[in-house]
Amino acid sequence: MLDFVQQLVSGVALGCVYGLIALGFVLVYKATEVVNFAQGDLMMLGGFFAFTFIGMLGLNYWLGFAGAVAAMALFGMLAERLVVRPILGYPQFSIIMATIGLGFFLRSVSGMIWGTDDFKIDTPFSQGVVRIGSLVLADDKLSVIAATIILCTLLYLFFNKTTLGTAMRASSENMLAAYYMGIPVKRVVSIVWAISAAVAGCAGVLLAPITFVHSNVGLVLGLKAFPAAVLGGFGSIPGAVVGGVLIGVIESMAGFYLAEGWKDVAPYVVLLAVLLLKPEGLFGLHIRKKV
Amino acid sequence: MSYFRAENLALHFGGLKAVDAVSFAVEKGEILSIIGPNGAGKSSIFNLISRIYSPTSGKIFFEDQDITEQPPYAIARLGIARTFQNIELFENATVLSNLLVGRHRHSTTQLWQELLFLPSVRANEKAHRRRVEQVIEFLDLEPYRDKLISGLPYGVRKVIELARALSSEPKLILLDEPSSGLNVEETDDMSFWIRDMRTELGITVLMVEHDMSLVNRVSDRVIALNSGRVLAMGPPAEVQQHPDVVAAYLGA
Repeated sequence: MLDFVQQLVSGVALGCVYGLIALGFVLVYKATEVVNFAQGDLMMLGGFFAFTFIGMLGLNYWLGFAGAVAAMALFGMLAERLVVRPILGYPQFSIIMATIGLGFFLRSVSGMIWGTDDFKIDTPFSQGVVRIGSLVLADDKLSVIAATIILCTLLYLFFNKTTLGTAMRASSENMLAAYYMGIPVKRVVSIVWAISAAVAGCAGVLLAPITFVHSNVGLVLGLKAFPAAVLGGFGSIPGAVVGGVLIGVIESMAGFYLAEGWKDVAPYVVLLAVLLLKPEGLFGLHIRKKV
Repeated sequence: MSYFRAENLALHFGGLKAVDAVSFAVEKGEILSIIGPNGAGKSSIFNLISRIYSPTSGKIFFEDQDITEQPPYAIARLGIARTFQNIELFENATVLSNLLVGRHRHSTTQLWQELLFLPSVRANEKAHRRRVEQVIEFLDLEPYRDKLISGLPYGVRKVIELARALSSEPKLILLDEPSSGLNVEETDDMSFWIRDMRTELGITVLMVEHDMSLVNRVSDRVIALNSGRVLAMGPPAEVQQHPDVVAAYLGA
């Protein structure tokens, strides 16, 4: 039982990271119908920014965290302006290739700047544990879960309660109509990219004490976050997080209870099963074309 | 000076002249219809005015301001609203939400105020809601207020799109084939609303329309187009009897 809870918590923590990356996929997809395959690498970059601010420049953890997230937001806007906007309107395939290319670019450049070693960031959660009876939970994992809950609540409030959030939902639903309601759609899209890169940056910083920072971390995690987004229905914000947590828990349980090798396969087996039974994903809208 | 005017508007796609040296003016409070056979350039003119296309040459003025280079969202903020021939609504939202998005150009609250849930934000929202309720009443949409767009019939959606445009309190409204897809009864309602928009709300109307009976009932003036050029301009009856217009419609 104790083992089970222990595995559950670390699965949820890992799943939250998947969920945060998946959230980035979903935000960009909803706003522009572009799948940004560099999302995992944006997370990696967030980790490196945090490492630079905290590990190299010696800033306070929270300052470094805020700095990394702000830098990522700017970087997201820049990536949208330079890589995506010039080819918007061209076939999906070109845009997807461009984001894959952006991912390669980010991995190589960060390897050139920071090297290919693993880096560690000292955080206030690095060493501590919480004991409940004989249950021992690491602070770094709990911090990921707490931060995910806070971020999701903030994003939910932002999208549903503010004018800018509403403008974003309107633009993602019908760009043409949004324009004629007086919504500057291009600016809105650029803010969406900023938010999604900032969320990825948060994930990168939170993950730093758990998996270390290295230039390929985003590729691996991005590949896990993608099924999380699909599982959640690709387009649903709560779906992305729930999908991420599911994948994380399945992975962690499979690693513990099943034979060697199942750990990496199990999430995809579940994904295939879900897609067979519910092709629109767990939270996806069932769209029926009116004829 | 005219309220709205297009000067020597042209839109060329390579050698094809979709719109060719079209000039016209709309007076404040007028209902002006653009008619013409398919491919005459009616929709192109609409798309030029609402800035989906940029004109090859020519200028567009609204309230003596040159709007030729303005982006679409800026056009909306100046008080020009439009509807679409094929209806562009927010499908997965309720009627009320759609109309509230129409209020976007009047939103004055700042993001930080909203995040702090200041009382002024609440007061503002209430004011928007009141305006939207007036539009709902004006167009008899009460039974549909909380329904999702995706479940509503075509005729009702057409009225909702008009309602969303009216929610933005426009000065000038562009209607792209307001009667297309409507039955006789719905077209009758539409003609009353178009006239009421002008008399009760003081909105200037520019519309593209195929249904000649609707055009005759509501228009002060009519512009007939063919092959991107103006054939005739004037009162509906006069334009319809113009020999060039008759020839264009009958293909002579």
